[in-house]
Amino acid sequence: MIAELGHYALVLALLAAVTQAAFGLIGPAVGKPAWSAVARSATSAQFMLATISLGALVWAFVQNDFSVEYVASNSNSALPLLYRISAVWGAHEGSLLLWAWILAGWTLAVSWRSDGLPEGFAARVLGILGLVSIGFLLFTLATSNPFARLEPAVPDGRDLNPLLQDPALAAHPPMLYAGYVGLSVAFAFACAAMIEGRLDQTWARWTRPWTTVAWAFLTVGIALGSWWAYYELGWGGYWFWDPVENASFMPWLVGTALIHSLAVTEKRGLFKSWTLLLAILAFSLSLLGTFLVRSGVLVSVHSFAADPARGMFILIFLVMIIGGALTLYAWRAPLLRSEAGFEFTSRESFLLFNNILLVVAAAAIFAGTMAPLISDALGLGTLSVGRQYFDPVFLLPILPLLALAAVGLHSGWKRGRVTERRAAILWTLLASVLVTLLLVLGVWEGAKILTPVGFALGVWLILSPLIDPIDRWRRKLTLTPALLGMALAHASLGVFVVSITAVESYTRERDLALAVGEAGQVGEFEYRLTGLSGVEGPNYDALRGEVVVTENGKPVGVLYPEKRNYWVQRQVMTEAGIDMQLTRDVFVALGEDLGAGRWSVRAQVRPLINYVWFAAVLMALGGIWAACDRRYRREPHA
Amino acid sequence: MTPRQRRVTLVVGILVGVSAAVALAVRAMNENVMFFFDPTQVASGEAPIDKRFRLGGMVRPGTVVREPGALEMSFVVTDFQKDVPVKYSGIVPDLFRENQGVVAHGRLGADGTFVADEILAKHDENYMPPEVARAIKDKHGGVMPVNPDVRSVPRT
Repeated sequence: MIAELGHYALVLALLAAVTQAAFGLIGPAVGKPAWSAVARSATSAQFMLATISLGALVWAFVQNDFSVEYVASNSNSALPLLYRISAVWGAHEGSLLLWAWILAGWTLAVSWRSDGLPEGFAARVLGILGLVSIGFLLFTLATSNPFARLEPAVPDGRDLNPLLQDPALAAHPPMLYAGYVGLSVAFAFACAAMIEGRLDQTWARWTRPWTTVAWAFLTVGIALGSWWAYYELGWGGYWFWDPVENASFMPWLVGTALIHSLAVTEKRGLFKSWTLLLAILAFSLSLLGTFLVRSGVLVSVHSFAADPARGMFILIFLVMIIGGALTLYAWRAPLLRSEAGFEFTSRESFLLFNNILLVVAAAAIFAGTMAPLISDALGLGTLSVGRQYFDPVFLLPILPLLALAAVGLHSGWKRGRVTERRAAILWTLLASVLVTLLLVLGVWEGAKILTPVGFALGVWLILSPLIDPIDRWRRKLTLTPALLGMALAHASLGVFVVSITAVESYTRERDLALAVGEAGQVGEFEYRLTGLSGVEGPNYDALRGEVVVTENGKPVGVLYPEKRNYWVQRQVMTEAGIDMQLTRDVFVALGEDLGAGRWSVRAQVRPLINYVWFAAVLMALGGIWAACDRRYRREPHA
Repeated sequence: MTPRQRRVTLVVGILVGVSAAVALAVRAMNENVMFFFDPTQVASGEAPIDKRFRLGGMVRPGTVVREPGALEMSFVVTDFQKDVPVKYSGIVPDLFRENQGVVAHGRLGADGTFVADEILAKHDENYMPPEVARAIKDKHGGVMPVNPDVRSVPRT
């Protein structure tokens, strides 16, 4: 009954979305901007109905209603409650519903905060968001209904994939989707501006906080996924250039470019059509990412063909949204010319290069991600693109970008020249070179070619953003949240670069073969296997190793890596044992029984690795801080 | 420079930069892309000798041999037409077992043994790497001889 209610609410939500789109788009077009009131009510209705629908699915999971096929496929009565809830978005159907719900939520937020917007413009924004909602709700209802019943019901479910039974991964999809979907707001603002044929600096001021907050969510979502991959997959890496990871990273890169280009459009009224194009691209890549991952195209070309209805729907929807927006762009963008010019060393040109480099990086990743698909579709052979391609083509645009950021932060708008702040730039550069020398010569030995480059750029990027806030503070000038948030986000990027450099340069790893009582050496660290015992969890049993780690004879800690065997899916999972410290992680994962009483053990020591995710979270906080600036809350009409 | 000249310089500079980036990306892709070969293709000499590639097929039952207590191991990858012996040292993924699909990255040695440096991990016991499934299907008139449940990995 509850499942049918959820299904019914979803159908009604679709009707609400149609109303929202129709009144939002037609009202202003026929000179009835007051119709926006209807679009607004429809927005509230859509959110309420989507909430009921999602709530019904959560309820079905909590109550172990195995007569619902989706629940039966992705849950089990032995599954802990937290994971029964996160199982809602553990597979295709439910995650689409989550997507639709988050979109309805963002739309409601826009309609609440749109008091300051001109009525016709606000209506159009809601109308565009309604169109996107229609697409997702139709897709869910027509091809991926999570409420479908199973006849006859089964006594127990097939369980959630054990890999997904993890707190970080429970939070990962909602965060990621909040980011993906949040970019739809910038997209809707861009489309509305193109329909009106008018784009001024107030427009950029409305769009900026939405985009920045969406970007912050996306950042946290990606970081959570990367953290999970590190401790859960048993390989100890944090980024694999996996197509699924790339699908989330491309909208992030273009979204980052968009944030910067919006700054130029707001402050100087420049880059207008470029900003629009980026807004369209960022959301298109979000859609593409969601669908590529969810339809299984990237993992297997077969699953695309296996469900032609789903594949066709995806293609048609993508073509309509992206094609429609680009057509609108081709038609309207020439109306939105920018009129001012700028000096070569002004902030505008630094941000221009920022945009070019970010988009080039995104394009290179796009090419590497799509090449296997295209080659396969054209029958040119099955190929795979890995780290050997992605590392160099990503670093090539990104390393200069980091240096440009450290310098560009000190540039002024319009005629401003970086040379005015030459002292600050040179002092921070000198300091970072000194720190790098200390690090490379003193703390760690055995650097690679890029190690000093990475350290120097990272430290420079930590110091450089701090100069301006400190200077203003000493001169008792106002420090706005926008300024401080920006400084925090860029300094976190520096922390990120330093930690990645340390991890990539100084990770020590070895696969050991150990029997109980034996020990192996990884750098200065000794791993001694002292015990193996059986333990039992709520829905699995496990073999647990006891590994005593010492550094140069001094005790570091005892780690308990596990090899888990989940009962329902009969799947073996590796649970790593990690000793986290401020300066390094000691990582150990059990491999397999090698015979003769020995087990294979993956042992790693990774310096500064936790700062990779810590920096990403700080970066996101910087974004949110900046988006809270009062400037964005002031009445745009005033 | 007049504003017009400056704009032209900027545009030309960007074009040159972007084309250089494209050229480098294409080069990087040509050099670093790995192709997939099945045992029949390897046996007929289609696979490169000097480059890394992906070898895929089924682990032939009864061929996994391990030096007791050591990380070195060997097994045979088959598509039920031809076999390729594989050597590997390290930890294999949780789902590696006999009569299951496998993808190995590595090089072909002079003696015809494939020296793997990476064995791919997949997270679902019913999962079969798509290229493996196809390679085996092709040899059997479009029918999978074993493990017919080809489905994609659940991802989030």
